[in-house]
Amino acid sequence: MPQTEYLGAAQINGPFILVENVGSEAFYGELVDVRLPGGKLRKGRVVSLSKKATLVQVFAGTDSLIPSDTRVRLLGRSLEVQLSPTIIGRTFNGLGEPADGCGVVFGGKRADANGTPLNPMSRQYPKDFIHTGISAIDTLTTLIRGQKLPIFSGNGLPHNQLAVQIATQARLMGSENFAVVFAGIGIKHDDAAFMIKELSERGRTNNVVTFLNLADDPVIERIATPRMALSAAEYLAFELGFHVLVIITDMTSYCEAVRELGVAAGEVPSRKGYPAYLYSDLASLYERAGVVHGMTGSVTQLPILTMPNDDITHPIPDLTGFITEGQIVLSRELDGRGIYPPIDVLTSLSRLMKDGIGKGFTREDHSGVASQLFASYSRVQDVRSLASVVGEDELAKSDKQSLEFGGLFENKFLRQGRDEDREIGFSLDMAWEILASLPRSDLTRVSLEEIKTHIDKYESPIE
Amino acid sequence: MADARKKRTPADVGVQRKIGRVEVVNGPVIHATGMSEFGMREMVHVGHRRLLGEIIRMEGDRATIQVYEETLGMKIGEVVSGTDETLSISLGPGLIGGFFDGIGRPLSALQEKKGIFITPGLEVPMIDPNKVWDISVDIRVGDMVSQGSVLGTIQETQLTPHRIICPPDVEGEVVSAAHDGKITSGGLVAKVRNALGRVVDIPLTQRWPVRTPRPYRERLLPNEPLITGQRVIDGLFPLAKGGTAAVPGGFGTGKTVTQHQLAKWSDAQVVVYIGCGERGNEMTDVLEQFPVLEDPRSGRPLMERTILIANTSNMPVAAREASIYTGITIAEYFRDMGYDVALMADSTSRWAEALREISGRLEEIPAEEGFPAYLPSRLAEFYERAGRVVTLHGDNGSISIIGAVSPPGGDFTEPVTRHTKRFIRCFWGLDRNLANARHYPAISWLDSYSEYAREVEEWFNGHVDQRWGELRERARSILLEDEKVQQVIRLVGEDVLPDDQRLLAYAAYLVKNAYLQQTAYGPDSYSPLEKGFAILDMIIHFYDRGLELVRKGVPISLIRENDAVDEITHLREFGEEDMSSFERARKRLDNHLDRVGAERTRETGR
Repeated sequence: MPQTEYLGAAQINGPFILVENVGSEAFYGELVDVRLPGGKLRKGRVVSLSKKATLVQVFAGTDSLIPSDTRVRLLGRSLEVQLSPTIIGRTFNGLGEPADGCGVVFGGKRADANGTPLNPMSRQYPKDFIHTGISAIDTLTTLIRGQKLPIFSGNGLPHNQLAVQIATQARLMGSENFAVVFAGIGIKHDDAAFMIKELSERGRTNNVVTFLNLADDPVIERIATPRMALSAAEYLAFELGFHVLVIITDMTSYCEAVRELGVAAGEVPSRKGYPAYLYSDLASLYERAGVVHGMTGSVTQLPILTMPNDDITHPIPDLTGFITEGQIVLSRELDGRGIYPPIDVLTSLSRLMKDGIGKGFTREDHSGVASQLFASYSRVQDVRSLASVVGEDELAKSDKQSLEFGGLFENKFLRQGRDEDREIGFSLDMAWEILASLPRSDLTRVSLEEIKTHIDKYESPIE
Repeated sequence: MADARKKRTPADVGVQRKIGRVEVVNGPVIHATGMSEFGMREMVHVGHRRLLGEIIRMEGDRATIQVYEETLGMKIGEVVSGTDETLSISLGPGLIGGFFDGIGRPLSALQEKKGIFITPGLEVPMIDPNKVWDISVDIRVGDMVSQGSVLGTIQETQLTPHRIICPPDVEGEVVSAAHDGKITSGGLVAKVRNALGRVVDIPLTQRWPVRTPRPYRERLLPNEPLITGQRVIDGLFPLAKGGTAAVPGGFGTGKTVTQHQLAKWSDAQVVVYIGCGERGNEMTDVLEQFPVLEDPRSGRPLMERTILIANTSNMPVAAREASIYTGITIAEYFRDMGYDVALMADSTSRWAEALREISGRLEEIPAEEGFPAYLPSRLAEFYERAGRVVTLHGDNGSISIIGAVSPPGGDFTEPVTRHTKRFIRCFWGLDRNLANARHYPAISWLDSYSEYAREVEEWFNGHVDQRWGELRERARSILLEDEKVQQVIRLVGEDVLPDDQRLLAYAAYLVKNAYLQQTAYGPDSYSPLEKGFAILDMIIHFYDRGLELVRKGVPISLIRENDAVDEITHLREFGEEDMSSFERARKRLDNHLDRVGAERTRETGR
């Protein structure tokens, strides 16, 4: 196919170049090759079209482009990724090009990296419990196959550790067809090396596909990285029948790249300078998870984001929380006290938990005991703030019992080893055991029946 | 309107008179030239994939078009063709139980044609014209009909006979009418000769432009509650049939679960649920549950009264803007048959954001936080389409709107929440702390209000118990008093308070944990009015008798510590049919209190 090359850029501005007289040749979203004076190639994408001028966003940036000597060639396709069963075990860069020296991917198919929305009619409501072996997650923020459950973290918190522990201990009940897709967006070399080493050495599977855009890689490529990874995940899940766990870190870098691009394009900014379409943009990534009727595979997402200044109301965690099916929030305070995993269970939530627990999934008493833990631990917070005013000695009896429960909860239930794998039954029994330290009249969220079976075997605290 | 339908058939594409050309592509907004013959707000097909769009600005022969589908792949110079109608949907039998996207395309048909992913450029009729129905016709040749006349009835589901109503602005003598028996969705019910002698077709499936409210005869004041089976709503902040409510809350506070609960249990005859820019799995949840769940009043599957509209967050943003109008138009259509319709919009913030995004692409001057200046007027237009009315036929019908609002950062002072508050009369504010403690529904008893409470109190007093209104006031005042007591407790602890205040705090604890808290899963999901009243009655009874004892000098610990008192927090576990358990629990409670009182009398001799 003869390809026209357009010589010269009318304008270079940030990551954008303006090419004139392309007219009706290009299509919206088309991929282009940008040839530098030295003959080097960079990839770009058409982001706005009009009769006279075509705006191209150059992925690797516009450094050392010379307006008069820049050549743009239309490639006739949009941002695509080459997919075949041989991608398993491979490492790609942020644009989906091989980065492990093993050559290009042959065969298979090319897929549009932007994806298309799943028809809600075709979705199957996710209900299958994923065992992670972490008490706080299994009991209180249960991960469900096909869920998108982000980890809200902060700089310096052990989110990578936790993600690795989940990925390596995850057991998708009744299936061993398990693969991990790892997308690193703007992450440090050390973090990337840690994640890859742990995932491949400790994991139950060698089915790992990696897409890496490191902190010093071009910022604009970060827009493409999660899309590449999710296209690969959808391919593995819906065409090869894998249960795929997608770990994306760090979504904050992604959002920052979106902002940078938006500002460079001169768009009207919304909150904190992020573009107004950030919600839709994030949704186009997060919604690419799920289970589909009549297909064996599934895509489960575990995105990680670092909250700027640990502020959960910052637009990035805020918009994410509105799209994802819950969140696991890490607490700097718990981490400071040496508790791992430092999960703040009160602000954490799994929206899909309600249908994936209970009889036939985990255990009959799961829902009641989880609700009671939340209620009782939430009271602990109130008592602690009271204790900081009046002193612990002045507290009423029931308040002291509440404090004691708080200690047990954090040190026994929450705290566990970095490779400790707890069965769900074990976690639930432990939950009852620590609840037994509270007066019976405080247990309003569990039924009288449940109190009889699970609590009455423990000695009643003196009221 | 029937004419407009005909022009949309693909066979006519070749003879399109008017054709424009794409000139600029910028996301979902495109500009086209050669558009001088097109109308403002006209629906158009854009490009070789015939993507659906709507003209939103005209300037000379240039038009700005918002496209309802993904524009990736579009080129300059592609063809724009018209449809001669503004954004319209089909109304007729076949809507109930349906699942549509924001512009009314049935998602099941999209799935059949294209598989699991939604690809752009697909035209499917909203209602399959070949579907066959059993009609019983009420008119004969020679009858005079006018707008609002019932022409016939189709028993679409067991719950809702579908009345075929003569559309607005049609009046005259019937010159031909369908016969009892089979009719297809694409068929004609009647032909009518109007005063000018022109013969007008009345099809079974009618078209209506979604941005135009459907007419009614007269507006009435709401006077009857919409029963929701949620104790905090029915008991404290009731919504009237024909009323408007907003449910604002940060993420994870339970907006969607509240909306789902209302869609499941409210006593409307038709429910329209709009998933506007929210999660795909939530719609799937409804789709899987509703056919299985039973309506507590009729025992029929809930799906037989429900219509779903989904434009999930990853579907094109312009169609998200349209989905609200598509939903309310369907609701009005059923209201016009004399039904009580409840409409849930989850979430109106996403709709407002869609307005903002389109407005930004049009380079309009933004008002607050980037939202266009016309945001409040659009919100008002939407909420004002709710109401209890006398229909053109003369029946009473109503639309109640419950809109979820998703304020960024849970901050209720942001523009969408603030403006919404101006146009609704019932406010259920969701509280982050309650949600964190998993106290659901997390509807705050301090921030929330209902202007309908007075208007519907009469109904509750007459239908449930004459003390309903009185107990509501008691419960509210206990909660308000408790808020003051809690402030003291937070400072100095509970032990130092006088016993009457501690009893009040305990009564408030019972109201919160035994009455207001209600899990959405399991048998307590729907709480009949009588059950809620019985629980509240027991709590107030305990409080009143307890107060007497405290005044006699009985220590609070003696009053509080007994299994019969603990049992109050477990009253809701009783089945709804099991009212005798309440009697027994009340006896046990009375026995306990009698005994404590008697012991005290013996000790002090008073």
